[in-house]
Amino acid sequence: MGDIFKLVGKRLGLGLLILLIISFIIFFMVELLPGDIAQAVLGQGATEENLKALRTKMGLDQPAIVRYLAWLGDAVTFDFGSSIVTDERVVNIIGERFANTLFLAAYAAVIAVPVSVILGVIVALLRNSIFDKVANVVTLSFISSPEFFLGYILILFFAVKWGMFPSIASLSDTMTFGELLNRTFLPALTLVLVVMAHMMRMTRAAIINLLASPYIEMARLKGTPPWKVIVKHALPNAWAPIINVIALNLAYLITGVVLVEVVFVYPGIGQALVDAVSKRDFPVVQACCLIFAATFILLNLAADVGAILTNPRLRHPK
Amino acid sequence: MTNAKDQILLNRLADAARSGSVSRRSFMNAAMAAGITSTAATGLWTGSAKAAPSSGGTFRLGAHDGNTSDNHDPGTYVTFSMIQVAHTYRSYLTLIEPDGSLGPDVATEWSASPDAKEWTFVINDRATFHSGNKVTAADIIASMNHHRGEDSTSAAKALLSDVEEIKDNGDNSVTFVLAAGNADLPWLMTDYHLAIVPANDDGTANWQSGDGCGPYRMTNGEFGVRYTFERHDDWHLEGAYFDAIEIIVLNDPNARQTALVTGDVDAITQLELKTLSLLQRDPNIEIDNVPSAAAITMPMFCDVAPFDNVDVRNALKLAINRQDLNDKITFGAATVGNDFHHSPAMPYWPEDIPQREYDPDQAKALLKKAGAEGLTVNISVADSVFSGAVDMCVLYAEHAKAAGITINVSREPNDGYYSDVWLKKPWCVVQWGARPTPDVMYSLAYKDDAAWNESHWQNERFNELLLQAKSELDNDLRAEMYAEMGMLARNDGGTIIPFFPNFVYARRNNVQHGENLAASWQMDGARACSRWWFAS
Repeated sequence: MGDIFKLVGKRLGLGLLILLIISFIIFFMVELLPGDIAQAVLGQGATEENLKALRTKMGLDQPAIVRYLAWLGDAVTFDFGSSIVTDERVVNIIGERFANTLFLAAYAAVIAVPVSVILGVIVALLRNSIFDKVANVVTLSFISSPEFFLGYILILFFAVKWGMFPSIASLSDTMTFGELLNRTFLPALTLVLVVMAHMMRMTRAAIINLLASPYIEMARLKGTPPWKVIVKHALPNAWAPIINVIALNLAYLITGVVLVEVVFVYPGIGQALVDAVSKRDFPVVQACCLIFAATFILLNLAADVGAILTNPRLRHPK
Repeated sequence: MTNAKDQILLNRLADAARSGSVSRRSFMNAAMAAGITSTAATGLWTGSAKAAPSSGGTFRLGAHDGNTSDNHDPGTYVTFSMIQVAHTYRSYLTLIEPDGSLGPDVATEWSASPDAKEWTFVINDRATFHSGNKVTAADIIASMNHHRGEDSTSAAKALLSDVEEIKDNGDNSVTFVLAAGNADLPWLMTDYHLAIVPANDDGTANWQSGDGCGPYRMTNGEFGVRYTFERHDDWHLEGAYFDAIEIIVLNDPNARQTALVTGDVDAITQLELKTLSLLQRDPNIEIDNVPSAAAITMPMFCDVAPFDNVDVRNALKLAINRQDLNDKITFGAATVGNDFHHSPAMPYWPEDIPQREYDPDQAKALLKKAGAEGLTVNISVADSVFSGAVDMCVLYAEHAKAAGITINVSREPNDGYYSDVWLKKPWCVVQWGARPTPDVMYSLAYKDDAAWNESHWQNERFNELLLQAKSELDNDLRAEMYAEMGMLARNDGGTIIPFFPNFVYARRNNVQHGENLAASWQMDGARACSRWWFAS
């Protein structure tokens, strides 16, 4: 087991290094955005003196590298500074938004992961049957359509035509948990449809791959029923690639939902990021990007660790 | 377009109908005598007679253009959704009535010295903040000073730059002392930045608390996302029929329209014109299409060749087919422009200036005179200016071909358009928000030394008239001056005005409003929340 900790430690260290590099890239990419923040804040209605006063107030007259080091120092302690547009703490601005995004991602994941894995097992079992082909075609069509299109289709049927679910997912503090699930069902469903194909097909492929192995042959020869062969013998060895794909898709659920948020007017972090970019609100943009990067790195780390834990050969290296 | 006099007559008639002091027959006779058709008069009669607003309900408004960086500071109000919110929880000294006239808000009356250099506003003694405190002269002064002075970062700083001093007269009134006479000062007070907020003890404005003296008290404000309000029972004006208000920011046009169709909201701002005809088919939805004072302009630098020749400028003005643009780009939801920046929705609109028509032959002749036949010019545009801006330029380029003019449409990035293209490229497309009076508009973008003189136009007579009209308190004389200025801008100016876009917004059919809708902002001058009501 000691090896695992060492391995995780090493991965974590690498992750931090990558995060540092990313922070550098983020900071200077944001600097490259065209346009002027003071102009963006005050709008078309600002005069030259207005702009000057605001720029000084925001500290934009300092050189970029000085601002980067100061920012990095604070970010290490989870202090992302204040929005240069509203003076509010960045943590306050994106904290709740991030929680909303995590909620939606969790909602979608809770549906998508079991459904796709089970579906994957079933289609592996019934491979090359009509069911297999239909499931593949349907999930592949979902993954091939842009998310906003899927969202609009779902709105058209579930909200406009049948009136089963609300078309906008605006949240309020007074909602019960049931109302919340009802309000956010359509965006969650959109996300489910988008990520399902990937996970299902990976489960199917990983299992089918193993079915040619001699030990599966053995299991079959001793008379184990087909579903048991798959669930008991094939699946445990197939987890590594499946977990990898699941982790990637979970990361996507958190970082790739901007379009879904726009279509359903869901107050998540993607919307906050878009707003911040259009306002040149650097601290918010940087904090969002850093959170996204950290999410990706952490989930990849989790995938690696998960793969190791489920694979005895990796768990006990010679 | 009914003119102002007819409008007043019609309003009186409508009032009479509402109070029951005229019969239907005499109402119809009088209305038709005032020049409106019998169908319109019937509508007016039914509209007026049943227009007894009822109280109650929660009004949910889906508003476009919100940003997480919106906040309580009136000096930084910039998004359209924030303008809706501002008029819901805060009040102003004056307001624009549904019929387009100037009316009282926190100020009950106002008067000027004969040179229009001193304006005194009397404060409504019933006006109270949501915290319960009365609105005092100190609050007014602090609210105005927030936009004045060296350190102010307010976007309304330029608006009040002429104000030298604001005095507390000690009798619940304040006096603005101006450096130069300005007959429009009461109109300027309707600007959405100039919201009244409570004063701190040190004389600064306390905008941070979110307190206001508007019709509704904000109970929860998640900026750029969602706001909830409850009625301010001590509000000083008539109206505020809804018990509670919810303003939800819906930036995506499709999300907005779907929310209205499914009944998740009761009204929405800014419809997508391309799908207007589809939405019209829904029997549960009423669309309001209101001519506005917003404008699309195409300023040419009058000091840069080839635009430095007035014949070239006029040839370009003649080479644009406004009616065609109005049909194909705005789907009829606009008023055609006439190359002077004064919309029929503004006061003092001169109706006798002839409309400039599409005339490629005359344009050709003018170019020949200027020795610029076969002219080739570039126009800069981005789709963010308004939806369809690039299409408009491409269509214009087609119109201009008939006059032998080649217009190259150069598409600029949306991002940073107003810092990198506007005032920098010699010919571009600009969208202007509605301004309350011609003086504000002309002083901002047509005055010789204005920072935003977007066409670099210099015309001595125009500038002379602008200054004269500014301090002229006689309305008839002022109207004459604005007519002459309009003519000068039309024939000599460097700005093509293809059209004034309408405000197009929609509501569920159980939401009702009065006969007129204010044209200063969308949703009845951004006051739908306090002016509209649910049918009982």
